[in-house]
Amino acid sequence: MAKNNEFVKFDKVDKSYDGKVLVVKDLNLDIAEGEFITMLGPSGSGKTTCLMMLAGFETPTNGEIYLDGNPISNIPPHKRGIGMVFQNYALFPHMTVYENLAFPLKVRKFSKDDTDKKVEKALSMVSLSGFGSRMPGQLSGGQQQRVAVARALVFDPAVVLMDEPLGALDKNLRESMQYEIKHIHESIGVTVVYVTHDQSEALTMSNRIAVFNDGKVQQLSSPDKLYEEPVNSFVAEFIGENNTFQGEVSDISNEKCKIKLETGDEILANPIRVKSKGEKSIVSLRPERAIINPDEKMDNKFNGKIEEVIYHGDHTRVRLNLLDNKEFILKVPNSSARMDIKLGNDIKVGWNSFDARALDPK
Amino acid sequence: MSSETQKILTTDGVPLEVSLKKAEKKNKIKAFLLVCPLLFFIIITYIFPIGEMFSRSIDDRMITNMLPKTFKAMETWDGKELPPEEVFASFLEDYRALAEKKEHGKLGQRLNKEKNGFTTILKKLFRKMKKFEEGNAKEQIMAIHKRFRDVEYWQAIKRTAPPYTAAKYLKGMDMYFDEDGNITQVEEDRRIHRILWLRTLEVAFFVTLFCFLMGYPIAHLLATLPMKYSNLLMICVLLPFWTSLLVRTASWMILLQQQGIVNDFFVWIGLVADDNRPEMMFNKTGTYVAMTQILLPFMVLPLYSVMKTISPSLMRAGKSLGGTPFIAFWKIYFPLTIPGIGAGCLLVFILAIGYYITPALVGGASGTLISNQIAYHMKATLDWSFASAMGLMLLTGVLVVYWIYNKLVGIDNIKLG
Repeated sequence: MAKNNEFVKFDKVDKSYDGKVLVVKDLNLDIAEGEFITMLGPSGSGKTTCLMMLAGFETPTNGEIYLDGNPISNIPPHKRGIGMVFQNYALFPHMTVYENLAFPLKVRKFSKDDTDKKVEKALSMVSLSGFGSRMPGQLSGGQQQRVAVARALVFDPAVVLMDEPLGALDKNLRESMQYEIKHIHESIGVTVVYVTHDQSEALTMSNRIAVFNDGKVQQLSSPDKLYEEPVNSFVAEFIGENNTFQGEVSDISNEKCKIKLETGDEILANPIRVKSKGEKSIVSLRPERAIINPDEKMDNKFNGKIEEVIYHGDHTRVRLNLLDNKEFILKVPNSSARMDIKLGNDIKVGWNSFDARALDPK
Repeated sequence: MSSETQKILTTDGVPLEVSLKKAEKKNKIKAFLLVCPLLFFIIITYIFPIGEMFSRSIDDRMITNMLPKTFKAMETWDGKELPPEEVFASFLEDYRALAEKKEHGKLGQRLNKEKNGFTTILKKLFRKMKKFEEGNAKEQIMAIHKRFRDVEYWQAIKRTAPPYTAAKYLKGMDMYFDEDGNITQVEEDRRIHRILWLRTLEVAFFVTLFCFLMGYPIAHLLATLPMKYSNLLMICVLLPFWTSLLVRTASWMILLQQQGIVNDFFVWIGLVADDNRPEMMFNKTGTYVAMTQILLPFMVLPLYSVMKTISPSLMRAGKSLGGTPFIAFWKIYFPLTIPGIGAGCLLVFILAIGYYITPALVGGASGTLISNQIAYHMKATLDWSFASAMGLMLLTGVLVVYWIYNKLVGIDNIKLG
């Protein structure tokens, strides 16, 4: 079977709640069948609104959403056949776990035998076999979360939506649940649309990530590309840690550009969003791409003063004052050779101009 | 391993258990002292009056105290034929003692309730007894009036002998003790109390139903509307609540009377003819309308507080899982509101069953309830023991409703907020 690359399609979707402000602006997004796509963004960026429009609880003000080629704007939520996992689980507190899972099957008029089989299968998938007779209130947060996932999957929907499903869990549980959901996705091949504001969650789980800000998709790409090659300064800042320099393009050639900072220093960078001399720009550099005591090949080399040293176990974070940027962060792997990292020391730092991405000014 | 658990001692050698009890004792005393004022208040204003009401309702010591010697003498009398001389003599003695205290009139009134005709013959006895000769009381008394020669009158006196009686309760259910002490129903056309009891239950039931039917959507709206509108709506619900009950009832009288606003409106839209205006007041309709409006907040508030706690995502979950809006409501939302429904219905029903002012003002003859009858006996006939008996019957009714509710829904399922 050929994979449908436009299984879910947002076509020029606008959404406004009050008729004054657009919370989603001209959204175009194709989601392939079987894909795990994450909508990532700060709160108020429109990602949950997109999910609600897909689920049918909100209607697009403009544009159309297609599911497997069919427009769905006029189909009520209960006829869309889309599973959903809610932020607070939304388990029915007056029903047992079994009844919760059987609910979507009962309304679809499955026989008792089929229902039993499907519920049992869904429970074993989230390793909760034998919990059917419990009430949701008797389960821990993680278990409730699994029940919610099982319930969204038990009726074999084509698409499952997850609205920050791990938000209420503690860190360790959240991480193990991330893997569990990822494995479930891999084993049954359902299309998942996942909403979160936690970037590490998005990076570890998704096939593709759509970064939302201000009602628009800023970048849609795979996690590694998103991290390594952010297309604008918002994405660069939102995903991962980031050292930035503000300046003006003083020279530009094919592969490189020179950015003149306010201090008068010039740094070499990779022109991503700048095209001509005189443009303002923010240069973004990942902390792990800058190293201490650079070798000669590196084309950016500067001296910085150590302002703060924070021990992190496997690595040490060093905050430098570099080129008048007091927030310049370095990640130094811990080894005995790094004895010169002391507060107040001057150290030499360098990076390749290819890793310093000259992006748009904010 | 030894099965005995070792006693844990504190550092100064006292067993931990003892030390803990000692430490907690102070707190317990403090807690009790805090509760004390309310406890005394409840005992004085609630438990004691109910006990007093109960004793009053079965108290029948008035005659017992008035005729102590007579009853003593009557102990040996079998009650089939006219009593012996001894009884007559004691009766005369008791009556003379009463006459001296000027309490003989009361005895006549009280005995007249037991059997008609006592007042007349006792007044006659009062006039004649001054001329009575010593001894032979039986003959002299019997000579006064033929009723003294009738054994039924003496039986009536004997029936009042026990200090306690359930007669008031029987009367509340339109029954009485006949001459032989059997429980008998009063004639059909005089069974007013039973009608009142049934009507009270009926009105309370329907008022509860109407309150539920109207309150449920309002409470749902209150719980789901954005704060800005829900506050306004909440004020609309509570505004009548803050107005005096009397004012509200009076305004219903203005609205519902035959020349009132509602009737004018019906005539204006052509629903009824001008010369055929329906009576909406001084009957059950008036009672229903006014009571439903007045008791509505008691239904809305518990429902609202329960609905407020139901996450809107539950309904969404129900719909996204394939339930139609109706199924999602019926299978998910409604069962979760049952604690609120229970609390609201119980509250409204119990309040309605004892409602007084509104039915008194707008109820007319066909819309008055048992509480009005109780008030009537408290104020007009001064038969407090009968009023007490009916009050206690009402209280028992409420407790029965409470018990049934507990059996059906469970009292711990009630949620007021």
